[in-house]
This record gives sequence, structure tokens and C-alpha cells, in this order.
Amino acid sequence: MEQFLSIGVNHFLTISVLLFSLGMFAVMTRKNAIVILMGVELILNAANINFLTFSKYNGGMEGVMFSLFVIVLAAAEAAVALAIVINIFKTFKTVDVSSVDTMKE
Amino acid sequence: MFEMPSGAEIQSIISTLKSGAGYFIPEIYMSGLFLVLILLDLVTGRKNSRLLGTVTIAGLLGGLYFVYQQHAMPDTEFFFGLYALDRFGIFFKYFFIASGVLAVLTTMIDDTLKKHESGMGEYYALTVGMVVGMMMMASSNEMLMLFLAMELVSLSAYALTGYLKREKRSAEAALKYLVYGAVSSGMLLYGFSLIYGMTAETNLLRVNMMLTAHGYDPLVMILASLLVIAGLGYKMGAVPFHFWSPDVYEGAPTPVTAYLSVASKAAGFAMLMRFFYVAIPQGIPGYEDMLKIDWLMILMVISAASMIYGNVVAIWQKNVKRLLAYSSIAHAGYLLLGIITMDTLGTQATLVYLASYLLMNYGAFYVVIIIANRTGSENLEDYKGLGKKMPLAGAALTVFLISLVGLPPTFGFIGKLMIFSALLAKGSLFMWLALIGILTSVISLFYYMLIPLNMYLRESEKPEEGVAETGIGAKLVTATLMILTLYFGLFFQPIANFAHYSSVIFGTILN
Repeated sequence: MEQFLSIGVNHFLTISVLLFSLGMFAVMTRKNAIVILMGVELILNAANINFLTFSKYNGGMEGVMFSLFVIVLAAAEAAVALAIVINIFKTFKTVDVSSVDTMKE
Repeated sequence: MFEMPSGAEIQSIISTLKSGAGYFIPEIYMSGLFLVLILLDLVTGRKNSRLLGTVTIAGLLGGLYFVYQQHAMPDTEFFFGLYALDRFGIFFKYFFIASGVLAVLTTMIDDTLKKHESGMGEYYALTVGMVVGMMMMASSNEMLMLFLAMELVSLSAYALTGYLKREKRSAEAALKYLVYGAVSSGMLLYGFSLIYGMTAETNLLRVNMMLTAHGYDPLVMILASLLVIAGLGYKMGAVPFHFWSPDVYEGAPTPVTAYLSVASKAAGFAMLMRFFYVAIPQGIPGYEDMLKIDWLMILMVISAASMIYGNVVAIWQKNVKRLLAYSSIAHAGYLLLGIITMDTLGTQATLVYLASYLLMNYGAFYVVIIIANRTGSENLEDYKGLGKKMPLAGAALTVFLISLVGLPPTFGFIGKLMIFSALLAKGSLFMWLALIGILTSVISLFYYMLIPLNMYLRESEKPEEGVAETGIGAKLVTATLMILTLYFGLFFQPIANFAHYSSVIFGTILN
């Protein structure tokens, strides 16, 4: 019982795995481009939780640095991604990825 | 948790950074070129495409000088182990500068990009941005730097893919590239986080030391390897991470397609080699026990699948860009063969193969652009009878395709020969892979030769439209690429020697 009550490394890792799985699930099943991008953010944040957890329990600041950079990078990626999605909306009048399919085998 | 550094410590940090900057000159120079191009675009007017292209080529060629200077420097790591300078990295710096120059050359003749309404300013800047990112992918010695460099390449590449904003195919290609790219970089990051969790280190050399000293859980290691390979497999365009590549290659502007299929792929291979050769210790008992799989096994399966899938599916393609996309998947498989051997011979073979791939694939795309300028199409049907109308382009394309198949007397033959001999030098263990490679090369002969077949042996149904002739500059570039492909097929010794000299990765000893 004790190990369930005190928050330890396993709790963090479980949450991170859950977030990662949810992100992958969103990416694979959703049709809306914006929701897919939200799934990607979940994946990146799952990795961030891992880095921070390991940094706290292993000691050392590398994990903190890593997650700081990843946060900045996620913002940059979101900027490029939204620009592309807006362009898709202008040309196709939709952000549904399954209907954005002009190229066939 | 940690204390503020004292004044003396800050002084020593600054002096480390200063001494490290001396080894970082090519990258600094390229970043400067990136800024210059953006400023130049602001200062000059709208119709500045030719000027910017010329400046980019001159700037990139100037970068060669700074890379050349690095030959005199010792192999070392600097910036607190973030970055390494070694001959392997120098080879790739040359490689990416060459591919950047070729990317600009292909861009300057492309008619669709020439007509693009909102100018070409950012285009050249992003091309140079990708060169910086790829150089850093090949030389970073630390997981955070590797990840950031890869993202720098990816973000520039997304924007380049969608550069023709009003065109539906380009917009769609950008979206697909973005979605797959973002997911696979997320997976790569998760893999890195697991490795950081096992070792508490991010420097590749120290990761290796920690793993060797303390051992590791094989299951976590395989999971991390799989995630990292998923992220890099996307960059390399290998099966099963290839889904984006046919659509992106078809939809992107053709010069960008050529750039992605050569440079971005090579950067993926460079990063794969550096990461797995340096960070993952070899031959530790316990690792192989787990279902008898490790990252080499995963790569073998991926390599076989890429060769088979890429070559077989290419048979049914009707669009030449799409055909070359599938062929580039197959070439990723061949390149992985050289990595699997894990010795100097294999690394040398991979580097030679990459050099040959640079020439022949760029050549093929260059001619595809020239033909598309004339016919306005990339369909195989429209290539009928072109051999007589465009003698030089037809002959050059045939040479490039023969080289892509891997037949003598071309550079592609030397690349394939070295890869297979490196593989067979490891004994019968990899015999099945070599067999798959050779058999799929035979298949590739069929679909590559469909293009010369259409050009020479079938008559065009359309009458001559009387389009303007190809410029003398484009003809010169085509002829140069063709002659180089043939020349290195006969006199390959200098390149092979240079590749051998370059197959030294900092922090790892290959036998």
C-alpha cells in the first residue's frame, strides 16, 4: 500500500506512457488536422515528463535543459504547422485530412 | 538543487566557448549566410530570384574553404561535449554543401518556381538553413543537439515543401510531411528520454560509458532503439516509415523533392551512424538474450523490406517523380546494408554510395525538371519520343538511370559493388541480405528502363509544340553531371580513398 500512496518515479512514468499512448491514438484515429497536432503536443509533453522525472531522480540538469528546449521547439513547430494548416484551409476549404487527398497511385 | 557558479567558473566557461568556436566556423559562416540572404531579399526588389540564387551558390562555395581548413584540426569534441569534429563530419559537410549548391541550381531552372508570385527570398534562405541543420545532424555528439538539428532541418523542409502556396498538390504534400514528421520526431524524443533515463547522460560518449559500466534492461533498450529508428527511419524514408514519401515527392516543387530525397536522407543516415555507432555499446551479453533482437536486427529487417517494397511498387508508377520516390525508398534499403556491417569497409561503402546517389539522383531530377519545363508534365506517357527532340537530356537521363540501377560503367555501379562486397566480407551471415539486394536490383532495371523505352522507342502522339529551347546553362549542368557520373564510374579511386579516410567517427573504433 505504501508504494501506491507515496508518489515515486513509477507514477510519473505511468502518466508519461499514458500521455504518449493517447497522443499516438489521437494521431492515428483523428481526421481533423488540428486535433492531430494536439496529439503531437501530447507526445512531446510525454517525453518532457520523462526527462523531468529522470532529471529529478537521477540528479543532473540535462533533463531540465532538454525539456526547456523541447517546449520552445514545440512552439516553433506549432507556428509552422498552423501556417500549413491555414494554407490547407484556404486551398481545400477543409482541415479534414482524409479529404485532402488529390494524389492517387 | 544547484548553486550559482562563481566568477572564476564563468570565466572558464567563456574561455571554453571561445576555444570551441574555432572548430565551429563552417556552421557559423552558414548561419551568417542565412541572415545575409534574408536581409538581401528585403533590400532588393521583387524580381531578385537570379541575384539571390547566385549569391547563395557563391556563399555555399565559399563555405567549402572553411570546411577545408578543418582538415588540419585534430578530431575532438568541444562546447562541453555537445559537438564533435571528426573526418566523418567533414565528409558530410562537403556533401551537404554540394547538395545545397545543386538544390539552388535545380531551383534556378524550374519554371513553376520562377512564376511563383510572392518571390523567392525565403526559399534560398531556407535552403541554407537546411544545410546548417544537416551539418549539425552529422556532427552533433549529444542527444539534445541531435534533436534540435533534426528539427531545424524538418521545419525548413516543411516550409519548402509547401512553398507553392496556391497549388493544391504542394499544400497537401506539406501537410502530409508535417504530420508524419511531427509524430516521428516525437517518437525519437521519447526514445531519447528513455536512454537518458537509463544513463542520466545526454552526451553520446558518456551514454556509451554508462551503458557499458552498469549494463541495462534489454527490453527498455529495444524499445528505445525502436523509437529512435522510427524517428530516423522517417528521415531516411525507409519502410515502414515511408508513407509520406510518395505523396510528398510528387506534390513538392521538383527541386525540393530532389533536395529532400538526397540531402535530408543522407542527414538521416549520418545521424543514425553517429548515434548507434557511438552511443550503443556492442556485444554486451544480456542485450542479445532478449528474443535475440537488437537494433542491428531491426535495421536488417527494415533494409530488406525497403529494398523489396520500393523496387516492387515502383513498377506500377505512372508519374516519374513518384517512380523516383519509390526508387529512393529502395536506395535507403541499400544504404542500410552498409551500416549493418558496422566496420570501416561498410562505412566507406556507405559514404561512396551516398556520393554516387548525390550525383545520379540530382542528375535524374535535373533532367526531369528540364523535361517538365518543356512538356508541363511529369507523366511517363508524356516522355514518348522525347529522346529525339531533346538529345542531350535523353542521353543524360539514360546515364543517370543506368547508374541508379547499378550497372557499369557508372558511379552507381561502384557504390553498389562496394556495399555488397563490404556485406559479403562479413561472411555468410549477411548472405540473404546481399541476395535480396541483387535480386531487387534486377527488378529495378525493369522500371528504370521504362523511361528510356518511352523516350527512344515510342513515337510521340502529340505534335511538336514549338517551346523555347533549354538554356545553355542548364545544358552545361546536365552535361557536367552526366560526365561526372561516368567519370567516377571509371576512376573511382580518389573518392573511395577519401571515403576511407572519412570513415572515422569520433569516440568509436570500427574494425
